[in-house]
Amino acid sequence: MKPFTYERPADVTEALAMVAAAPGARFLAGGTNLVDLMKLQIEQPTHLVDVSRLPLGQIEDTAEGGLRLGATTTNSQVAADGKVRARYPALAQAILSGASGQLRNKATTAGNLLQRTRCAYFYDTTKPCNKRQPGAGCAAIGGIYANTAIFGASKACIATHPSDMAVALSALDAQVEIAGPDGQARAIPLDDVHRLPGETPHIETTLEPGEMITAVVLPPPPSGGQIYRKARERASYAFAIGSVAVAGGKVALGAVAHKPWRARAAEQALAGGASPAEAMAAEMASAQPDGHNDFKLKLMARLGAACLTTTGAGDDQ
Amino acid sequence: MKTSFKLNGQAASLDLDPRTTLLDALRENLGLKGSKKGCDHGQCGACTVLVNGRRINACLSLAVTHEDDEITTIEGLAQGEALHPVQAAFLEQDAFQCGYCTPGQICSTIGMLKEAADGWASLVTEDLTADTVLTDAEIRERMSGNLCRCSAYPQILAAIRSAGGVA
Repeated sequence: MKPFTYERPADVTEALAMVAAAPGARFLAGGTNLVDLMKLQIEQPTHLVDVSRLPLGQIEDTAEGGLRLGATTTNSQVAADGKVRARYPALAQAILSGASGQLRNKATTAGNLLQRTRCAYFYDTTKPCNKRQPGAGCAAIGGIYANTAIFGASKACIATHPSDMAVALSALDAQVEIAGPDGQARAIPLDDVHRLPGETPHIETTLEPGEMITAVVLPPPPSGGQIYRKARERASYAFAIGSVAVAGGKVALGAVAHKPWRARAAEQALAGGASPAEAMAAEMASAQPDGHNDFKLKLMARLGAACLTTTGAGDDQ
Repeated sequence: MKTSFKLNGQAASLDLDPRTTLLDALRENLGLKGSKKGCDHGQCGACTVLVNGRRINACLSLAVTHEDDEITTIEGLAQGEALHPVQAAFLEQDAFQCGYCTPGQICSTIGMLKEAADGWASLVTEDLTADTVLTDAEIRERMSGNLCRCSAYPQILAAIRSAGGVA
């Protein structure tokens, strides 16, 4: 690790000020991704502001009938919560399908959203990567690596976002609350948090420098079934090679794009009376595999259709 | 940087480079070599310790973030000569070969049994609203963050099954 200094703020205002005051500063929450990347010197913060003890660790009812998940709620805490399990089972399933018990005990809601890709070439510091070094090139394109994007990729980057939780949050139409260093606060749809890579894959989210996620807000659960299903190369404790979240008539796909991929073409087809297979075919029509990841076309079509059949999405159309 | 926490029931105070992980602080600064460094990237579970009763990967946690925490390592489980029931179960069931992953397996088991006792679900829990029953499939899924390259998994499973509910 490169040397860094460390501070522990008392509240959100102080945390924002600490990061604003120190160029190269980063927020540290659970650290399960950031500390790992610091060991590899892929991340080299000069200052860490430890937000893990801020009073953002609560799960609260909202006036609208939803839930507010504080930014530093742990993955374990959210997955174990009775209201989450009863009303947002797709979210509980998604969280429980990710990482290990030890990691979920540390990893936080906000940190999960802001984790970096697990693209093998992002981690291989002997190879060029436009995320690590803008303009260096992308070794994953044409490389020997299959867990890459089939939607929304660019000539600069074909990495995927690795989160399971965020895929369920996308299908559940979650909002993300953000605080900025000037004291302003805003809320944006989860779908607007992550960017497609374009020419600047090193800019992964729409958060401005120094901004901080303070909560994720779930609207009341939609009518209809929910499910999260994940395909991976072993039965447990592995990142997805493809995943599907369904909540009512909303569908999101994981491990297929630089962000949780909201399957709006599938949703429109379902609303128009399409069968699960037809709805997924409508979504996959715009997929652009690169050779190594061609398998994801059939995988996602079948996984998606199975999830839509299981939840009965579209049955009432 | 000054850091203090409770380690296996005793106060511990250290002056650490902020880069020091909890695992390195335990092993190199405090001399407790029971917690093992396997992958050092949160993938193998050999470094598993209990922090405030919950299992975590000590290799991915900076020691300075643990101010005032209560940390329990494999060295803190036995009461004098009396082994912790999970330790005794691992011995009884011969739940290891080389033993390198064992401290992490045992600490992880204790944390996992507490999670189950608290009613936490897992991915293989079919009804998320039902009470937790630690079937073999549940134990395997909940312990998937601890690798054993000797592949002593059948004996580890047997040990956990026999120790279930006693942690």
